[in-house]
Amino acid sequence: MSMKCDVVVVGAGPGGSMAAKAAAQAGLSVIMVEKRQEIGDPVRCAEGVGKWALCQMVKPEPEWIAAEVKGARIYAPDGTSIVMSEDKAGAEVGYVLERKIFDRALAMQAAQSGAKVMVKTRALGLQKKDGVPCGVSAMRAGEMLQIDAPLIIGADGVESKVGRWAGIDTTLRLQDIETCAQFLVHDPAIDDEYTEFFLGNSIAPAGYAWSFPKGEKLANVGLEILGSRSKPGEATRLLKEFVKTHYPGGRVLEMVVGGDPCTGPIESATADGVMLVGDAARQSDPLTGGGILSAMQAGIIAGQVAAKALAAGDVSRAGLKEYEDRWREDIGKHLARSYEFKEFFVKLSDKDLNQLLGSLQKEDISKMDLRGMLRVLFRLNPKLLWELRHLVV
Amino acid sequence: MLTVNRYKCCYCGACVGVCPTCALELVETFIEVSADCKECGICTRICPVGALEIRA
Repeated sequence: MSMKCDVVVVGAGPGGSMAAKAAAQAGLSVIMVEKRQEIGDPVRCAEGVGKWALCQMVKPEPEWIAAEVKGARIYAPDGTSIVMSEDKAGAEVGYVLERKIFDRALAMQAAQSGAKVMVKTRALGLQKKDGVPCGVSAMRAGEMLQIDAPLIIGADGVESKVGRWAGIDTTLRLQDIETCAQFLVHDPAIDDEYTEFFLGNSIAPAGYAWSFPKGEKLANVGLEILGSRSKPGEATRLLKEFVKTHYPGGRVLEMVVGGDPCTGPIESATADGVMLVGDAARQSDPLTGGGILSAMQAGIIAGQVAAKALAAGDVSRAGLKEYEDRWREDIGKHLARSYEFKEFFVKLSDKDLNQLLGSLQKEDISKMDLRGMLRVLFRLNPKLLWELRHLVV
Repeated sequence: MLTVNRYKCCYCGACVGVCPTCALELVETFIEVSADCKECGICTRICPVGALEIRA
């Protein structure tokens, strides 16, 4: 069977759906394929998202939001903690989403805008004519399907193939992926009002553990460790230990695992006829692992650029340069900065972490954003943070 | 050879992202290993549930 359209979007996560919606709104015929039979399931996410930034892109519906938090509490390995308010704590704090509902709602918005959504449809490769992509070959519920399209948007996540098929090497090195495990935990010890972060090399080597509350003493409790510090099954083993220590009476209702790219901005997210968005373009935050907002933002840009490029009759890599420029200007700069922090953070010992968070105990950081806090940290710990001095401005 | 314990695998696809030869594919709820696998073992290290193993 074969079909034809202007743009094929591979993957119906938040990045793919926003791309499909933006492209359809711009008048293009769009097919979005999703290999899973359901959209938004299984979840591979801690579900935290910044309120303000989300509201810039979509109007949140109450059923997407599991909980709203007041801020973030960060624990040093020795147990001392600092608190940041929600509006200052950054992109991953504010709402805790119900991704199973959220992802499907965004896909529905794409469909309502005119995109055709096809589930249980897995892309198998790019069709090429004279070396230039001209569509996608796919398998739909066991049947072969050809979709002819001059443009392909790869929103196919951490396991992305679209980029690699198009000659963009998105292979993650062990030091460029955080491997994660998470339980949905019910426990009286859950703080319903704060997102919590737990630092420490014995808790999560070169990563952190978290609790993202979902209301009524329910939370996504998980951890991520750097791939280069992992061994088989380590993330789950450490998580079981963490839950045993921190939530001894906890009941586990769901299990989530996954990998988070933490490469910083990749060299290219475009090729002739191809744009990559979200985790496929390794656009998740290297320090926090958060990727929902950047995926959505990149998706919107890719959808808009798709329309312009098709109207101009140039879908070559040069014709897609606007996408490259726009995501780099915003998301890319943030990723680069975050990557430097991550590279520094993964080297810190528990003693260093205790010193840093301990030094803030006498400071009023409740009104500070991350940058302000970093400035204070630098003033109090100049020797330890010397490498980061160029970022403290 | 690389074996996938499908009773352990939670089909997250992290292994697919690190495979240097593009030999792995996540098909909905299972991992397929192609003949391109060089048995480098990188995927086994990052698997969060320890479902992957290189066996002699």
